Amino acid sequence: MESTSQLFGLNPLPDQLVVALAGNPNTGKSTVFNALTGLNQHTGNWPGKTVLRAEGSFMHRDKKILLVDLPGTYSLLATSADEQTARDFICLGRPQATVVVADATCLERNLNLALQVMEISSRVVVCVNLMDEARRRGIRVDVEALSSELGAPCIATAARDGLGLDKLKDAILDMAAGITDTSPRQVSYEPHVEQAAAQLEARIRPFLPGWANCRWVALRLLEGDSGIIRAICSSLDDDSEKVFLKEGAAAWAR
Amino acid sequence: MLQTIIPLSRLPNGAAGRVASLSARGLIRRHLLDLGLVTGARVEAIRRSPAGDPAAFNIKGALIALRNEDADRILIAID
Amino acid sequence: MGTLNPTHTSFLSGIDQEITPQEKQEMRDSIVGSIYSCAEAIAERVINHEQNYKSELDRKIDNVVTSRLLGIPIMLALLGAVLWLTVTGANYPSQALAALLFRIQDQLTTLFTLAGAPAWLHGVLVLGMYRGLAWVVSVMLPPMAIFFPLFTLLEDLGYLPRVAFNLDRCFKKACAHGKQALTMCMGFGCNAAGVISCRIIESPRERLIAILTNNFVPCNGRFPTLITLSMIFMGGLAASAYGAAAATAVVVSLVLVGVMITLLISWLLSKTILKGVPSFFTLELPPYRKPKVGSILIRSLLDRTIFVLGRAVMVAAPAGAVTWILANIYIGDMSVIAHLAGWLDPFGRLLGLDGIILMAFILGLPANEIVLPIMIMSYLSSGTMLELDSLHALRALLADNGWTWLTALCMMLFSLLHYPCGTTILTIYKETKSIKWTVLSVLMPLGTAILITLIAAQLASLF
Repeated sequence: MESTSQLFGLNPLPDQLVVALAGNPNTGKSTVFNALTGLNQHTGNWPGKTVLRAEGSFMHRDKKILLVDLPGTYSLLATSADEQTARDFICLGRPQATVVVADATCLERNLNLALQVMEISSRVVVCVNLMDEARRRGIRVDVEALSSELGAPCIATAARDGLGLDKLKDAILDMAAGITDTSPRQVSYEPHVEQAAAQLEARIRPFLPGWANCRWVALRLLEGDSGIIRAICSSLDDDSEKVFLKEGAAAWAR
Repeated sequence: MLQTIIPLSRLPNGAAGRVASLSARGLIRRHLLDLGLVTGARVEAIRRSPAGDPAAFNIKGALIALRNEDADRILIAID
Repeated sequence: MGTLNPTHTSFLSGIDQEITPQEKQEMRDSIVGSIYSCAEAIAERVINHEQNYKSELDRKIDNVVTSRLLGIPIMLALLGAVLWLTVTGANYPSQALAALLFRIQDQLTTLFTLAGAPAWLHGVLVLGMYRGLAWVVSVMLPPMAIFFPLFTLLEDLGYLPRVAFNLDRCFKKACAHGKQALTMCMGFGCNAAGVISCRIIESPRERLIAILTNNFVPCNGRFPTLITLSMIFMGGLAASAYGAAAATAVVVSLVLVGVMITLLISWLLSKTILKGVPSFFTLELPPYRKPKVGSILIRSLLDRTIFVLGRAVMVAAPAGAVTWILANIYIGDMSVIAHLAGWLDPFGRLLGLDGIILMAFILGLPANEIVLPIMIMSYLSSGTMLELDSLHALRALLADNGWTWLTALCMMLFSLLHYPCGTTILTIYKETKSIKWTVLSVLMPLGTAILITLIAAQLASLF
């Protein structure tokens, strides 16, 4: 699927892959961002919002990557402007990959966000950061086991010391270029929620051609997230989005 | 087993319990859920600020400060 | 394909209306609960706790820095320490830098004379532009180069959220948000950055309060003014350790006055035009992290010091030229500056200031850094002194112009409280997208500054 990041005021070069960077606050997300992009960054606002956006670029194995730093959030349930911005970009901006930076010292809280991102997008790389700090506290994270639990590549890093970044870049590139096969773990809900979601999903699917994540939209409608209705409708309103829908539908059909 | 239910604001420093229910509605309820205050989640009171309010709690590995009137809306079962 | 948008809206909101609020709440509770228990189950399987470590060190540090007894005193001591290091550390390099830059000015003058340049050109470029620049750089660079790394260190350690934790009760009493303390901390560096940082406050009402009052925290553009004046008039030129301590105490007290005014105005706003009750408040107290000295130096010097200094220099050069021109165009037998200052003088005197000081504040609107240089250049244009490379010379110049400790105090109070600089005003407009709030963000502090200096000056004149 093509990235539609133009909707969010991004102008990637034609050969540039767009990658989003998500994570809880205080996980060293900006350290990872700085370590990946170095001085090739610039900052601005998300269109129409007073939410800071940093974007930066880097090259890896001769491929150009545009990295978009999303606001640090605990969840994507859109209770704040930050959460809404992050969610809208992953959902509607369709980056070619999303990196979730997780704090190895309190993994559970961070997995909560990773699971939510994986409900929206199947192209997720989890960067388990602060591994050095976790080791100091006697916490061992089995990153391979985590990868198979999540069905997404998980990379251990200590970004402050530059450890694990090459592996992270490899994983990002493979994911963005579509080389990695993924089967992201889906949260299973209580039976009555699953049932309601399945019914609703069947009803809305015809209205959202080309959308891979109708189940996710159905879940948001069930919990009364009116923001998502507005976000979807305003994106459908946009001409470039209609072009994208055609392309997206074609790509989906292939 | 008998359980005592108290508002989180009354949980003494060092004591822990599990979230029994939230009495907050609407946006505040969403915020509390986002923080990990789902039913059954373990919460430990860590410290009070110099004025006694707000207080900081360990919620799923993060130290998070809440004001008393917000902590009042979280009911805790002490085991 | 390309289905009409109104259909989407009505279809999706139709579904939305089918579900009752009660059902939605139950759904959300269940959904969030399921996600968290899934995360918990995965975490249990992949994490292996080797020992029962309970971030003991963090807790011990927090036991001290947020304790009932020591929390607030430690905060004040840290503020004092940062300012003291800045005051004492900046003193010598400031003088050395000034001496160097003014030696260069002499050489520039020689060069202009040799080249046979007209006097007005030498005046605008060397006596106006260059001298303004030299002042801004020598007065601002050393304190900033010390203050910013120290501040970034506290930020990286994770201390700032503890400040917000300690002070939240005060902000709650003022019906404001506890994170306003964090935005005030950012304001110490630069008020424009402080105003942008108000985004961390979600409630629009409390964010506006934080934006409108951020100016009451003295930024790096005003610190040099406060430090210089307190060293000259209260610190005995900081010649001794005692002097530096006295100057630091004065600046710390001014910061405290700023904090109290912030709380008072926040409360007043909450009770009048921004009525409301405090909203939901959460604040994460992140674990302390060992700071990386290299990255602190790079970030504080490159991103902050050079950025803020660069902006000041951009404003100082033209302002220096304008000041020189105003001082050298004569209407009748008085320069334009003398006319302006004379016209402002009666009002200035009411506030314990004089016409030149008020004019410097007006011309200094683009950037607070240039208020002191403009004032000095205006005094110089009517005086006889040519060299000004030490605090002693500055003290003599100010004394010649009738300054007393009261003038210094009133100028410091006015500098602390008056309207924000041009960049900050523009930032406030961008953040609020409202002319009404932007105008208020200028008039409200200006009114406060006039009122407080008027009270101070009139009270002092009674004794």
